[in-house]
Amino acid sequence: MKLSDQKPNQGDSRRDFLKKSSVITAIALTPGIAVKAAENNVDERFAELFEKIPLNLTVNNKAYQTSVEPRVTLLDYLREELHLTGTKKGCDHGQCGACTVHVDGQRVNSCLSLAVMNEGKKITTIEGLAEGDKLHPMQAAFIKHDGFQCGYCTSGQIMSAVACIREGHAGSRAEISEYMSGNICRCGAYPNIVDAIVDVKDGGATV
Amino acid sequence: MINFQYLRTSSAKSAIALLLKDKNAKFLAGGTNLIDLMKRGVTAPEKLIDINHVPLKQIEQVGSKIHIGALATNTAVAEHALIKEKLPLLSWALQAGASAQLRNVATVGGNMMQRTRCGYFYDTEMPCNKRQPGSGCGAMEGFNRMHAIFGTSEKCIAVHPSDMCVALAALDAEVVLANHKGERKIAFRDFHRLAGDTPQLDNNLKTDEMIIRLEIPVSNLAKNYHYLKVRDRASYAFALVSVAAAFELNNNKITDVRLAMGGVAHKPWRLTASEDFLKGKEASLSNFEKAAELAMKGAKGFGENNFKLKLAPNTIIEALNLAKSKA
Repeated sequence: MKLSDQKPNQGDSRRDFLKKSSVITAIALTPGIAVKAAENNVDERFAELFEKIPLNLTVNNKAYQTSVEPRVTLLDYLREELHLTGTKKGCDHGQCGACTVHVDGQRVNSCLSLAVMNEGKKITTIEGLAEGDKLHPMQAAFIKHDGFQCGYCTSGQIMSAVACIREGHAGSRAEISEYMSGNICRCGAYPNIVDAIVDVKDGGATV
Repeated sequence: MINFQYLRTSSAKSAIALLLKDKNAKFLAGGTNLIDLMKRGVTAPEKLIDINHVPLKQIEQVGSKIHIGALATNTAVAEHALIKEKLPLLSWALQAGASAQLRNVATVGGNMMQRTRCGYFYDTEMPCNKRQPGSGCGAMEGFNRMHAIFGTSEKCIAVHPSDMCVALAALDAEVVLANHKGERKIAFRDFHRLAGDTPQLDNNLKTDEMIIRLEIPVSNLAKNYHYLKVRDRASYAFALVSVAAAFELNNNKITDVRLAMGGVAHKPWRLTASEDFLKGKEASLSNFEKAAELAMKGAKGFGENNFKLKLAPNTIIEALNLAKSKA
């Protein structure tokens, strides 16, 4: 046998080891879990040997039954799996708000949420705001007031702005600035963004 | 992010049982700090136990105390009518922290468990005794503008980043913790630790324990109070210095007073000497100044953060003034 035909002897990779050890753990725990499930209302879901696990959620009123690795964030799931690329990845660390979506009606940073944590939840992204070709009032207001320059932060700003009004935190320009502080705009379109929110709030349209 | 095993449970009992089986597992609540730390490689747990479905979200008055479940979100607590009415200091402190998006997800227990935002702790190329015991402290002689001036050790000068915890320390909250054997209750002030020789430990939670709830006594501190947070921008930034101040006034005499500071120590820093001085005294500027002076005993700067030696007492005086004028 030629040397070049030999496979390098690297032993088990960390991943293989973890796979095997988790099999052992899963087997060791299974009987107890089955008993405890009845006792303690346990809904335990073992990651399938570090591979994908089932995920059911609703995005923009459409139900999805898929599976993901536990480490996939909601942001990456939306963009890479569902190809809903309106939600942007800015800092990816919860500091800029570009990834803001609504989960069960509440605005969250999708970059700091694992997709699997959102089992059974209703997600709304920027793609889900408009009704067909009819823009959401906040989208129209951002255009009217020039609430952006480069546009990268805009979908996060709009999702956050809609939530800001729904939450009842759009009572004054100062309150709007405070409750929009989780959305950073490097172009500095802040005054126009506040103008857009004030306009929608004062217009009384349902958001 | 290095992959991990993901478990989900809907009861505290089974969550604790799972933790007991694997001490290297971590609870996952809101995840706003933990997931960030995992992305940066600061921590890499092999197993996460998702406890978001455990029913610990209650906010209710039980006798003379307000109980807050460990999984109540920061928003739910801050905006709850009971908290706004009876513990407004806590509501204010919560609203001063993070952003609306983060507060919607971050939980009370997770807020208590969040790690320091020291840049050396976050940068895995740098020495940090908290992240890797024995590797040294980069901040001691490095970029330490955000760092501690009280209770520091030779190993670590990091600060605890929470606003909520500063208010809870001031309000004499208690924490109920549970393991497989049962529950124990400790004073909130004893939950977090000073760095000492073990900066890797942020708090006194044992490896088999879970935070169950807070219990906060209802007091007469809901009238004259203020949470003053000084930071580099008007909102959505960690504190340089923050002060939670609350007192009870009777004919302009202070009958009860609470003072705690954030951004200055490895744990929420309660100002007991200042409180003792102010009790029974008139709520006057000169007394506030004396209280602030007493608070600074033992303070030490490390270079870039020397400005805190002046900012901290000024913030105490201003917070007390604002609390007084709220009547």
